[in-house]
Amino acid sequence: MFLNIIGDLAVGFLTNLALFGLTLLMALPLGLVISFFSMTKFKPIRYLTRGFIWVIRGTPLMLQLIVVLYGPGLLGLPPMREKFLAAVIAFVINYACYFSEIYRGGIESIPVGQYEAGQVLGMSKTQVFFHVVLFQVVRRILAPMSNEVITLVKDTSLANTIAVAEIIRVAKNTTGTYAVNILIPLLYGSIFFLLFIGILSVLFNYLEKKMGYYKA
Amino acid sequence: MNMLEVVNLRKRFGSNEVLKGIDFTLGHGEVLSIIGSSGGGKSTLLRCLNFLELADEGEIYVDGTCVFDASRDKNGVTPEAQKSFGLVFQQFNLFPQYNVLENLTLAPHLLDKTRPMEEIEKEAWALLETVGLTDKAKSYPCEISGGQQQRVAIARALMLSPSILCFDEPTSALDPELTGEVLRVIKSLKSGDRTMIIVTHEMAFARQVSDKVMFIADGLIEEMGTPEEVFDHPKSEKLKAFLHNDEL
Repeated sequence: MFLNIIGDLAVGFLTNLALFGLTLLMALPLGLVISFFSMTKFKPIRYLTRGFIWVIRGTPLMLQLIVVLYGPGLLGLPPMREKFLAAVIAFVINYACYFSEIYRGGIESIPVGQYEAGQVLGMSKTQVFFHVVLFQVVRRILAPMSNEVITLVKDTSLANTIAVAEIIRVAKNTTGTYAVNILIPLLYGSIFFLLFIGILSVLFNYLEKKMGYYKA
Repeated sequence: MNMLEVVNLRKRFGSNEVLKGIDFTLGHGEVLSIIGSSGGGKSTLLRCLNFLELADEGEIYVDGTCVFDASRDKNGVTPEAQKSFGLVFQQFNLFPQYNVLENLTLAPHLLDKTRPMEEIEKEAWALLETVGLTDKAKSYPCEISGGQQQRVAIARALMLSPSILCFDEPTSALDPELTGEVLRVIKSLKSGDRTMIIVTHEMAFARQVSDKVMFIADGLIEEMGTPEEVFDHPKSEKLKAFLHNDEL
């Protein structure tokens, strides 16, 4: 029975991992774009973007999941049938907003002299950003990023509010299938999180060491 | 022909007029030192020459070609115009994540990707030789002294072979015992027939290295001439007061 429960949970956790991976893959670049919009000199875009970030960060992710799933139907559009897709969309938007603020902090902390040095050496703004500034930004935001990424792993469980078959939902279901106390599968489930987050922590430590070869 | 001609350069920040019409010329291979009190407009003039600030009015000619016209270049200058000037900063501004050699090769590589890296590196090694830092080629900026960082910054600026090399208080951020090595390198460039503009507080150095000295006060050129004229026979009261304060 133990193996059965673990097997079911593992299948459920694959959904969490997929949601995690897809969110990172899309929210990391999207966050960078949003951070540019939130720093642009063109005020309407800047205020609009900052307002959007305020709404996304100011409301529960759980609510956003429900809005993405049922919102289209409410607006007369074809309803969202694919629950996993709805979860991915909600997570990408939510996390891109958080990431954008981390990027903004990192970008604004780079001394203006770095941009000026690039300019007088004849580099274009894009070249300065990608060849001079970005690496320094990534190094500076690694710690807050690792926090956010670890939170994302656990947040994937929120997808069970819209009935995505992720690990916590699977754990609840096993009580019916195997007649065990709800705490048993939930505790087993938490071990999946612990192990995966352990791996991520090691990875982030490695990255910090690898990028920490110079003093800023 | 003049290497540099600056015509009626004006710059204001809000209601504060920092440059109130700057006109001067500089011959090929000449070294100009700019002196003056803080806030007088020295650094702003240098930043306008390097297009880090765009002047509100005026024109800049390099070797007879107009590289900047305030009425035309409101949104910045062409890459070619940018390349006619090089700038060495007070705070060095080396790229911390790249080693010394990479700091030198990065911009030339990005500006012309068809150029073989070996060729760029060969040039970089030659310039490191000039500033006496071949043994630090693989060091990172954080691993070398301020004086060494500034010498790297000079070599990095030279990689682009600018027509006019500018220095913005190149020794002001250095400990006194480190200024000598930087000033020696700048002096050695003079013999190489290089046109240079140096904003500095080092009066003895300005006197030694310059062909011309410019004294700026309140956004205007108060006095300009040979080192002897400016330092030994100052005419204006402002310059006299400035030099007097410096002696104290």
